[in-house]
Amino acid sequence: MHELSIAISMIDQIVEESESRGGLAVEVVHMRLGIFAGVDKAALLFAYELACEGTPLQGSRLVIETVPLVVFCPICRQQKTPPSVYEICCPECLSPTPEILSGREMEVASLEVTA
Amino acid sequence: MSTRIVEVRAKVMKQNDLLARTLRERFQRDATCVVGLVSSPGSGKTAFLEKLLAGLSRNYRVAALVGDLATENDAARLQRATPNVKQITTGTICHLDAQMIEKALKEWKLDAPDFLFIENVGNLVCPSSYDLGEELRFVLLSATEGEDKPLKYPTIFNSSDVAIITKMDLADAAEFDVAMARHNIESVRPGMRIFEVSSKTSLGMEAIFQFLQTQRTRTQEAPLEAAL
Repeated sequence: MHELSIAISMIDQIVEESESRGGLAVEVVHMRLGIFAGVDKAALLFAYELACEGTPLQGSRLVIETVPLVVFCPICRQQKTPPSVYEICCPECLSPTPEILSGREMEVASLEVTA
Repeated sequence: MSTRIVEVRAKVMKQNDLLARTLRERFQRDATCVVGLVSSPGSGKTAFLEKLLAGLSRNYRVAALVGDLATENDAARLQRATPNVKQITTGTICHLDAQMIEKALKEWKLDAPDFLFIENVGNLVCPSSYDLGEELRFVLLSATEGEDKPLKYPTIFNSSDVAIITKMDLADAAEFDVAMARHNIESVRPGMRIFEVSSKTSLGMEAIFQFLQTQRTRTQEAPLEAAL
């Protein structure tokens, strides 16, 4: 359960970002979370709410967009999504696909703020 | 009241990743080959590390940082192989992060070793998110845990560089299917280098020493782009 540590780093970062822009009234935080980031979405949503208490982000809402796993198939020479996170191969030709293009993201994409 | 959107696009792990990069540059400058060890609790990380330290200390300066929630038992055990061992007790935290490594190194005042091993807290989930500045990450899987561990924890296997199957002396007794385990590792991390070892009988340790020696030569020769 490292989602609480992650929520705290994320909040610190958003507060810093907000202060650098003269203090924003953040209502919604939009985040992109890769399916291969090793972070549980439900646990992070729960941790976020807890970690927000007593910070300028208290009362804000976290919205998580799940980023699928995308690999490069060296045989088809195309981007593909593997059958599952434990079968890292091309869904078409079944070749192993060591090159991962996305799916590990853990980033704050944007903030919805009161104008 | 109206709302507006502010684009941010910032990595959540930015602080950790920046610190990890600083550590990595420092290790490369010092020509220290740094290897992280991750596994579930009880898969034999400490026994394996004991063998590594004992074997490599014949020709190299070795050191180890060991993470646990509580106790200094592992450090005391490893000190039989080298005095250069430091325990990091994390309290309730289930993983090591770059800041803990930096702090431990600062307090330690250790002359740059040839090899530094960082034994993470026993956990196959959380450590995968934290870059510690290591050059290589070894993930350990013991023969007694079952062949499907890699499929259950794909993220940590995929974020590691080398897989070590430990407790191979118990493979027959545990009816461990090593071919299936290798197949499953390959499925979550195509092309991953795999070693089979027994820390008890020393089976397979020589191959690891050779691999690490080669890696160390690479660390020295290409200090700014050491890679597998």
